[in-house]
Amino acid sequence: MAHGNAHAQSNSHSHAPSHEGHVDLESLRLMGFWIFLITDCILFGSLFATYIVLHGNTAGGPTASELFHMPGVIAETFILLTSSFTSGLAVLSMNQGNRKGLIGWLVVTALLGASFITLEVTEFVKMVHEGATIGTSGFLSGFFTLVGTHGLHVSLGLVWMTALMIQLGRHGITPVTRRKVNIISLYWHFLDVVWIFVFTIVYMLGVM
Amino acid sequence: MNLIRGIRRLAAVSSLIGMTMLLSGCMDKFVVLDPKGVVGRQQLDLMIISLLLCLVVIVPVLILTFVIAWRYRNKTENKAAYKPQWEHSTKLEVVWWGIPIVIILILAVVTAQYTYKLEPSKPLQSEAKPIVIQVTSLDWKWLFQYPGQGIATVNYVKFPANVPVQFELTSDAPMNSFWIPQLGGQIYTMSGMAMKLNLMADEPGTYRGSGANFSGKDFAKMHFNADATSQADFDKWVEQVKSKSPPLTQDGYDRLAAPGVMEKADYSSIPNGLFDRIVNKYSGGHSMGGMDMSVHPNPAPGSMQGMNMSVHPNPAPSSMPAGMDMSQNHH
Amino acid sequence: MWEKIQQFASGFFVTGDPLIYGADVSIVLTMIAVVSALTYFKKWTWLWKEWLTTVDHKRIGIMYVIASLLMLFRGGVDALLMRTQLAVPNNDFLSPSHYNAIFTTHGVIMILFMAMPLMFGLFNLVVPLQIGARDVAYPFLNSLSFWLFFWGAMLFNMSFVIGGSPDAGWLSYPPLSEVSHSPGVGQDFYIWGIQISGIGSLMTGINFVVTILKMRAPGMKMMKMPIFTWSVLSSSLTILLAFPILTVTLALLFIDRYLGAHFFTLTAGGNPMMYINLIWMWGHPEVYIVVLPAFGVFSEVVATFSRKRLFGYASTVFALMSISVFSFFTWAHHFFTMGSGADVNIFFAISTMLIAIPTGVKVFNWLFTMYRGRISFQGPMLWMMGFIPCFVVGGMTGLLLSVAPADFQFHNSYFLIAHFHQVLIGGVAFGYFSGLYYWWPKVFGFKLNEKIGKWAFWLWNIGFYVCFMPQYALGLMGMTRRVNTYSWDTGWWGLNLVSTIGGFLMGIGFLFQVWQILHSVKFMERASGDPWGGRTLEWSIPSPAPVYNFASLPTVDEKDPWWEEKERRERGEPAWTLPPLEPIHMPKNSGIPIIMAFCFFLTGFGFVFHWLWIAIPGLVGVAGCMLAHSFNYNTDYYIPVDEIKRTEAAARGAV
Repeated sequence: MAHGNAHAQSNSHSHAPSHEGHVDLESLRLMGFWIFLITDCILFGSLFATYIVLHGNTAGGPTASELFHMPGVIAETFILLTSSFTSGLAVLSMNQGNRKGLIGWLVVTALLGASFITLEVTEFVKMVHEGATIGTSGFLSGFFTLVGTHGLHVSLGLVWMTALMIQLGRHGITPVTRRKVNIISLYWHFLDVVWIFVFTIVYMLGVM
Repeated sequence: MNLIRGIRRLAAVSSLIGMTMLLSGCMDKFVVLDPKGVVGRQQLDLMIISLLLCLVVIVPVLILTFVIAWRYRNKTENKAAYKPQWEHSTKLEVVWWGIPIVIILILAVVTAQYTYKLEPSKPLQSEAKPIVIQVTSLDWKWLFQYPGQGIATVNYVKFPANVPVQFELTSDAPMNSFWIPQLGGQIYTMSGMAMKLNLMADEPGTYRGSGANFSGKDFAKMHFNADATSQADFDKWVEQVKSKSPPLTQDGYDRLAAPGVMEKADYSSIPNGLFDRIVNKYSGGHSMGGMDMSVHPNPAPGSMQGMNMSVHPNPAPSSMPAGMDMSQNHH
Repeated sequence: MWEKIQQFASGFFVTGDPLIYGADVSIVLTMIAVVSALTYFKKWTWLWKEWLTTVDHKRIGIMYVIASLLMLFRGGVDALLMRTQLAVPNNDFLSPSHYNAIFTTHGVIMILFMAMPLMFGLFNLVVPLQIGARDVAYPFLNSLSFWLFFWGAMLFNMSFVIGGSPDAGWLSYPPLSEVSHSPGVGQDFYIWGIQISGIGSLMTGINFVVTILKMRAPGMKMMKMPIFTWSVLSSSLTILLAFPILTVTLALLFIDRYLGAHFFTLTAGGNPMMYINLIWMWGHPEVYIVVLPAFGVFSEVVATFSRKRLFGYASTVFALMSISVFSFFTWAHHFFTMGSGADVNIFFAISTMLIAIPTGVKVFNWLFTMYRGRISFQGPMLWMMGFIPCFVVGGMTGLLLSVAPADFQFHNSYFLIAHFHQVLIGGVAFGYFSGLYYWWPKVFGFKLNEKIGKWAFWLWNIGFYVCFMPQYALGLMGMTRRVNTYSWDTGWWGLNLVSTIGGFLMGIGFLFQVWQILHSVKFMERASGDPWGGRTLEWSIPSPAPVYNFASLPTVDEKDPWWEEKERRERGEPAWTLPPLEPIHMPKNSGIPIIMAFCFFLTGFGFVFHWLWIAIPGLVGVAGCMLAHSFNYNTDYYIPVDEIKRTEAAARGAV
């Protein structure tokens, strides 16, 4: 299949000798991550499905339109979309060989991600104080789990991004760190897409 | 080799024992193959049709397996053809993609027809006016309510033969499944839903019924008898229950619903709207997801004999054994 | 103080049953024996360096096989306990709760901790060798997958002696599995044991998809791939799409139990039917996940032992792939009786029937591979011959079950039990046994004794029919699954007794297999690199394969490259030109996977008992291991040409 191609690439590989038919490890890992994202899509798909099934089951508790405060959600959306854009800028800097720019844009991305999480946690805390907890109704169980799982993904991404910035500081832009940056930016864009679905299905349809 | 021969002999003997037991008067125990109701009979027809359709392919395949394995065994004196490069024949492959496709098409059409015909919620055709029986699966017993007659039974059910029975089923415990094999197939009993199952017995008789879906500790004890009687006997029985048995109060029901096992029981009256309350208890503010299952608009039993409910203090199930607690060794 | 400890222990340990005390004693004794043997023979370093930290797919494969055979033993003992209980009416050998626990653990262990790891064992042992790869795509991840399975299985099995086993059935339908009806820790052991090993399964799926797509020998096009590799690809793709659903389903059930949420509860808007849909959206594909590789094994075995090309390669590939697609559209046939209406039932009935088409085609392809061949009935081929009639009949009863209105009478009865055991034992177990016998010499370098193997085969086969044919009849007699006992008047006694005898015959068959392995280890009959007259690349290298698998790789342009090569050599035509030796790039061993998986185990254990003081350090450990791995840039090394030459010479010399 892609062997000729892989062989050509492996010449640019940092490791010394390469063997006929020995594929480029970094492109292999990138492919694995794409496949992981497919499985993550299905994970979120299942959570969306349960949310959609349960969203009417408020069991006398608060409904979506009573609970959601759109200005905060729109702010979160705007922040996350911007961070997706800045993570793209980070990759652009990397491709120009600009390590400082790369780390700088990653810092901006992480800060935006952190403020997204802060806003989300604040929103959750407020809901819980209003008496809307995960145990209130099927609807809220679905809501907290779906949105919370996305938030957990973003938080993990933040830890990972921090670790990656340290590695970039140590090793500079190598084929290995290059692949890692590519993967995390892929992950970040993916979370952005998931959030657009969260925004539409949970929040928009919820308040309409 | 001796051992192998011994094993073969053992298998032969044990299958012989099996066959003898099948033939020696046990045949009537094959309840699924001995239907006494219109639904069960049609289901048996369908089983036989589908079995025959399958056998059309299976039998030749089994014969072919043994013939080929024998004919092409690796013996030096074997004169049969040997073609190690032969790996493809469009003609042959079209044949064996074709055969299963045709069989499956026929089976699919038959299945679709029968599925509409035997849809369990569809009322059965009959001259007689149907009788409604409301079934509730509890931990670990069956409660049958007769809204028309205003009586209730536990762990046995009676109805006239040749009269369509409309079962309405729900659960006040983990899901179970209501199955009287000789009358027809089963349906799940689920909390918050009132399922429908229409059955009719052709002749009087006692038919074994059971819970088919595992529901916890004493699930195995959830079997019951379904007695189909003549209309006269049925009416007599209803009168008897009404005059002799204690009433079922809401309180009594709550005790009935607590986990435990018990013997048969019957009650001369039922609390007003009990079945609906059981169903609605779990369907509050619910849109049941996915599948379309409507919470039923129950034709609530009108005037009840429940007037004397307050008079009779307590209809606690008669013989309730000590095992009524939830205690399980393994927790 | 002492009283407090006593009180804690009586809740913590499972008590009250002599069977369990017996098991406790034997577990402790076994552990003491293993630890003292390792210490006495000074094997701890060896164990750590050569096995526990290995990333070599061949060793990981061996560990999978050993673990799964142990699990087969436990699942089998569960089965025999159940059959003993059911042998006579009104038996009280097992109490109802104990019986419920045993059928639950039997199901879970056999599918998730026996069939799955045995399958992954075969993936690991065979696929890289078949496609001419040095290892799988992600050796580190592969090791992590194994250890997640291992610790997940340990966590699940622990419930046997600590806290209490789950007892709500192998799929744990709510509301029975919710806190309201199962307040004990058994369900939490179930959730965490499966969850942890399930994550491992998902990663194995990813690993093998990439390995197969990207790491084939030069020249090996997709349509030249060995058929077992195709079956692994179809199975792994199915894993990718099915296992995330399991992860979500179990997580939601846990959130219900732990945080009091209402996904599947009866109250506050929960929906138990949603669980049943979700679990079968995973559960049905899962069945195909385990059976597809068995089809692959049989396709390899039938060609090798008929000394003939596989008939209908392209249509077999098409059949495998279409089964993995169809398997996602049949889940609701597990609950036709839920009252979803005629239209829904017809859709799922027909989608189920459609699967019979490609499955039937494969049977014809196998038969016509044998046709005009020269069939020798050695170990692996015997299981193939046992498989065909068994699977054909089991497939037929499956088709009968798919006829929705008739299923109203079969559902939840012993007819269903007999059906799925027939396809799972006749299809999956026989398939994996066949594969194990087939590749055993390649993996270990010695052959298994044929004669004892024949006894095992006949015991299994006859035992199977004696055990399960009566169960079809019992189903038609109205016997429902999961009843712990029955009364005399049901008329079920005779057939149950026959069935129990059959179960024990299979048990004896298993003991013969153990004897076969021990006997063969003792009388070590060395196997050549190609003991069966194999057809694919794995048979072109020495047995057992050297650590780097292939010293240098040929260019492959046929379907049965090794067979064609042997033919060419026989005809005196020019043989493969192998490229010159070069240093081989290899991954380094790592202790992180076993430690990280153990931290997962701690997390699970902590959550089972609601002990955050264990769960949180566990999670921190997981994160620490991930970071440690991420910061480690020293992960590989090169094997120099000299060493390759020495290894090759030694291996060729030994044969």
